[in-house]
Amino acid sequence: MSAHVIAARDLTKRYGGAIAVNGISFAVEKGEIFGLLGPNGAGKTTTILMMLGLTEVSGGEIRVLGHDPARDPLAVKRRVGYLPDTVGFYDNLTARENLAYTARLIGFPPADRRERIEDALARVRLTEVADKRVATFSRGMRQRLGLAEILMKGAEIAILDEPTSGLDPQSTDEFLQMIRALKAEGVTVLLSSHLLDRVQRVCDRVALFQSGRIALMGSVAELGREVLGGGFAVEIEAEGAGLELRLGGIEGVSRVERIGPDRYRLLAGRDVRPEAARAVVNGGGQLRRLSVEGPSLEAIYAGFFQRQSEPGEVRDAA
Amino acid sequence: MRREGSPWRGLSAVTMKELADHLSSARMRVLELLVLLTALAALYGAIRQVRDTTAEDPFVFLRLFTSASGQLPSFMSILGFLIPLMAIGLGFDAINGEYNRRTLSRILAQPIYRDALLLGKFLAGLITLAISLSGLWLLVIGLGLIMLGVPPGTEEIARALAVLVIAIAYAGVWLAAAMLFSVVFRSPATAALTTLGIWLFLAVLWPLLAPAIASAIAPPDLRAMLTGQPGIAMLEWQQALLRLSPSQLFTEAMVALFNPSTRALGTIFLSQLHGAVIGAPLPLGQSLLIAWPQTVGLVAASIVLFVIGYVCFQRQEVRA
Ligand SMILES: Nc1ncnc2c1ncn2[C@@H]1O[C@H](COP(=O)(O)OP(=O)(O)OP(=O)(O)O)[C@@H](O)[C@H]1O
Ligand SMILES: [Mg+2]
Repeated sequence: MSAHVIAARDLTKRYGGAIAVNGISFAVEKGEIFGLLGPNGAGKTTTILMMLGLTEVSGGEIRVLGHDPARDPLAVKRRVGYLPDTVGFYDNLTARENLAYTARLIGFPPADRRERIEDALARVRLTEVADKRVATFSRGMRQRLGLAEILMKGAEIAILDEPTSGLDPQSTDEFLQMIRALKAEGVTVLLSSHLLDRVQRVCDRVALFQSGRIALMGSVAELGREVLGGGFAVEIEAEGAGLELRLGGIEGVSRVERIGPDRYRLLAGRDVRPEAARAVVNGGGQLRRLSVEGPSLEAIYAGFFQRQSEPGEVRDAA
Repeated sequence: MRREGSPWRGLSAVTMKELADHLSSARMRVLELLVLLTALAALYGAIRQVRDTTAEDPFVFLRLFTSASGQLPSFMSILGFLIPLMAIGLGFDAINGEYNRRTLSRILAQPIYRDALLLGKFLAGLITLAISLSGLWLLVIGLGLIMLGVPPGTEEIARALAVLVIAIAYAGVWLAAAMLFSVVFRSPATAALTTLGIWLFLAVLWPLLAPAIASAIAPPDLRAMLTGQPGIAMLEWQQALLRLSPSQLFTEAMVALFNPSTRALGTIFLSQLHGAVIGAPLPLGQSLLIAWPQTVGLVAASIVLFVIGYVCFQRQEVRA
C-alpha cells in the first residue's frame, strides 16, 4: 500500500438498477500521471466523484492517501485538488476574489493567502487579468483558473476531469505542459479524457474504461503490445483513385481514416509502410509522404473495441 | 457511518461571502426600495389617522403600525406581504444557482461539508433580512418621531422590538422554504414560482378554505343551528387549520403585541373574562406570553423546513 496514493478495490456504483461503475480495481502510484480513458458514459466521472466522497460508494472500497473518502472526506479534500469537467466560477467576482473565497474555505491563514494566490495566478499566466470579473473569461482562461485553484491549494493529488475538452490545440498543448509541470513537482495527476492522442503524450499509465469496467490498464507501450502486438499509426499522403479501399485491404490494418485531401491514416498492428507503399504504387497512385508513429493509444483503442465487438457480430450473423 | 471533522468548517467563510453577495446585489437595491416605499406608504396613511384620534392614547406610537386609512392598508398587513416576498427573493436560487453556475462541485471539493454551505447561505439570507427589517423599523420609528412630535414610550419601543424579532423569525420560515425548493428544483424559476405559489395559497386562499374545511369536519350541532352561531368545535377546528399558515401565526403575534388590549388569540369564553377589565391594556410581559406560542411555532417551522432541505441536499448528486 506504501507508494499507492489511490487504491480502489471492486469499486461499484449503482444508480437504481443501472450500474455506472462495475467492480473496478486499480492503484495509482505517487507522482505518476494516470489517465482514465473511455467513451461517454463509461463511468470516469462517477469514479472520480467517489474518490472525493462527493457521491456514495455502492460497493467495494476506495482509499485516497490512506483515507476513506466516505468516512473522512475533509482529510481527503484538504489534500486533493479537483477540476470538474465543466468548471464554473462566480461570474460577479474577479479571478482573485474567486481564489480568495476558495482559500478561506480551505482555511489557509490570512497571511498565507495572498502569496499563494499570486503564485498560482502567475503560474497559469492569469496575473494580468486577475482583477477582471470571471464573466469576461474564455473557456481556456476558466480552465486555467481551475488549475490555479489546485496549485494554490498545494494539492498532493490533482484530479482533472476532461481538462482539455473544448480547448483549441494550442491551449491544449499549453495545458498539458502545465500538467507535466505538476508532475515535476511530485504531484500525482489523475486525468480523464477521450482525446486519446493528446493524453497519450502525458500519461504514464492509462486505464481504458468501457461500460463501467476497466477493460485495459497499463502504460501505452504495454497496451500496444498486448492489444495490437505493436500498435502503429501510419500516415500516407498520396494521390490516386480507390486508395482507401486498397489500403484497407492490407493485412494487419485495423482501420483507415481519411484525415485530409489525399491524406490517410492507417491503424495497424505492425509497421505496414512497405505494403502501404506498394499498394499505392500498384494502384497507379503517386506516393508523396509516408510516416509512422509508435504504438498509438488511438490504434489500441480502435483495435480493442473492434476485438470486443467481433464475437458479437459473428453471433449475430450466425 | 460516523463522519470525521467538524460539519461547521468553512461556515463563516460561506456566510461572509454570501452576505457580501447579497448586500452588493441588484436584488438588494430592489428590496431597499421596497422597504422605503413601504415605510412611507404606511406612515402616510397612519399619521393622518393618528393625528385625528385622541392625543391621550398611551400607545399612540403603536397606532403608526396598526392604523389603516382608506385605501392604504396598515403597516402591519403590508409587512405580512413584504417579508415573504423579500425572503423568497433572497432564497429561491441559493442551491440551484450554484448548480447552474457549475460552482457546486468545485466548492464541495474543498474541505467543507454540505452542512456548512447550506447553513451559511441560510444565515447570510437571514442576516440580510434582519438588516433590511431593522432599517425599516428604524425608519418608521424615526419618521414617526418627527411627524408626531412625541417620543415613543419605553414599552412601545419594547413592543415594536419584539415584533421586529418575530418578523425576522417569520422571514426565516419563508427563507427556509425558498431554500428547500432551491434544493429540490434545478431551475430557479420553478423554485421561485413554487414558493410564491405556496405563499399565495397560504396567505390568500387558506383563510377562505379553512372555515369550509372546519365546518365539514365539525358540522354544526343542533344548538348551533338553533342559535345560528357557529359551533365551538367548528371554531376550534377553523383556528387550528388557520394556524397551519405562518402568515396567520405572524399576524396573531403582531396583533398581540401591537394591541396591548388583546387578551387572547382565538375563542374566549365569558367565564374566562371573569374579573377582567375589558379594553384595559395588558402589561408587556402578558402580551409576550400571548404571542409566545406563535413565535415558537414560526421558529419551529423554519427549523423543520431547513432540516428537510438539508436532508434533500445531502442525498443529492453534485454532478451538473
Ligand atoms: N445521477 C445519475 N442517475 C442515474 N444514472 C447516472 C447518474 N449519473 C450518471 N449516471 C450514469 O452513469 C454512467 C456513467 O456516467 P459518467 O458520467 O461517470 O461517465 P463518463 O465516463 O464520465 O462520461 P463522459 O465522457 O460523457 O463524461 C452513465 O451511463 C450515466 O448515464
Ligand atoms: Mg465525465
